[in-house]
Amino acid sequence: MSDPTVADTRRLNSKPQDLTDAYGPPSNFLEIDVYDPQTIGVGRNRFTTYEVRMRTNLPIFKLKDSVVRRRYSDFEWLKNELERDSKIVVPPLPGKALKRQLPFRGDEGIFDESFIEERRVGLEQFINRLAGHPLAQNERCLHMFLQDESIDRNYVPGKV
Amino acid sequence: MSFFSFGQSAQIDIVLNDAETRKKAEHKTEDGKVDQYFLFYDGDTVSGKVNITLKNPAKRLEHQGIRIEFIGKIELYYDRGNNYEFVSLVKDLAQPGELTQSRTFDFEFTNVEKPYEAYTGQNVKLRYFLRVTVSRRLNDISKEMDIVVHTLSMYPELNSSIKMEVGIEDCLHIEFEYNKSKYHLKDVIVGKIYFLLVRIKIRHMEINIIKREMTGTGTNVYHENDTIAKYEIMDGAPVRGESIPIRLFLAGYEITPTMRGINKKYSVRYYLNLVLIDEEERRYFKQQEITLWRRGDVVRKSMSHQAAIASQRFESSSSDEKALAHAQAKEQ
Repeated sequence: MSDPTVADTRRLNSKPQDLTDAYGPPSNFLEIDVYDPQTIGVGRNRFTTYEVRMRTNLPIFKLKDSVVRRRYSDFEWLKNELERDSKIVVPPLPGKALKRQLPFRGDEGIFDESFIEERRVGLEQFINRLAGHPLAQNERCLHMFLQDESIDRNYVPGKV
Repeated sequence: MSFFSFGQSAQIDIVLNDAETRKKAEHKTEDGKVDQYFLFYDGDTVSGKVNITLKNPAKRLEHQGIRIEFIGKIELYYDRGNNYEFVSLVKDLAQPGELTQSRTFDFEFTNVEKPYEAYTGQNVKLRYFLRVTVSRRLNDISKEMDIVVHTLSMYPELNSSIKMEVGIEDCLHIEFEYNKSKYHLKDVIVGKIYFLLVRIKIRHMEINIIKREMTGTGTNVYHENDTIAKYEIMDGAPVRGESIPIRLFLAGYEITPTMRGINKKYSVRYYLNLVLIDEEERRYFKQQEITLWRRGDVVRKSMSHQAAIASQRFESSSSDEKALAHAQAKEQ
């Protein structure tokens, strides 16, 4: 239509959508749960671990369903690795709570139930935001964190 | 102006000959106000009368000459000291002498070249104006009158569509298409986004029109980005194979034609920015330049031609409806 007085607002031609794509499960499913905090050890060498369960249908992850146990310092390690190697802005972790580790506190410090719950929520938000990032999904350290039994701190950093 | 109350002063008025018939156009001033100015095109003659009214009718006004200038100039806000006048015409209205009473002078600048469109931006301004100056020993009296100039273009011969496939490997692949690469200011952007692969959770998608003003050269280069429009085209999560249509009417937005290297001082360019936002507020975008141009006003066509247009509108519908349209047109 070359007539300048009538604006051509017809839609452009497009391919009809395949029904299996339209009604099939979306291929963007990624959910990570951080739950079941367990305090391990006695006295001054106690620490808390959390169960990290990932369910996904993204092909970049080798396992579609994986469960591992991680502690706070493991999350810190992951944050540092990604800050160093990838170009993304890593979301913040819940606090280190150094004040809670000092002696002479009224409550149980870092093993206080409400604190552990607060930290659990923060860690869950952190790992979900991070694992959804396309650039983070390329890093070897994220896959090791989520799907390997234990973290090998002497690994060779790299891309998947 | 004049601080000496016992001196003689005058009021200058500039009146165009075609003030009744000439169209006015809205234009933004530097402080953001919108005003109406007379509209001129390249080659138009600027003619009128200058009325000089003496403030004190009893006294005489001595002067060193009265002249009128037509000036087109570029003002860089960060470099006000330097003057870049690309059009400068002068006409003398009166030789040095004295005015005993209020007078009117005629002036005409024939077929004046106005190569660039008037533009008020964030770091630069291009303006055309008439300036009448009554020169005096101590202080001149002057009056300026701004006009607006629009540059018109013809329909471009080559106006290919923009079609591209972009994405992030294994995460998101889209194919976008815009029906043209050159749009006039009252045009419609028609397009579509086709999702080839979606492995992220998209919350919504929008199209932005971004205006980029680049002023200066060499070390003093200023870039100003301004988002003129934000238009949401999709709400919710798409899946593979889905096609989202785009229909964006430009007439509602404050846009100017694309200007490239105006007098080698500044450029104003427009970009379409396609933005996808996911559930975690991450933004994925693709920017594409478009050329905007100003179309001349459409001339009213004869009745029979309008009938032809009406029948063209029903081109895609059934032949019965087409016959009906023809019959109605013929009846008129």
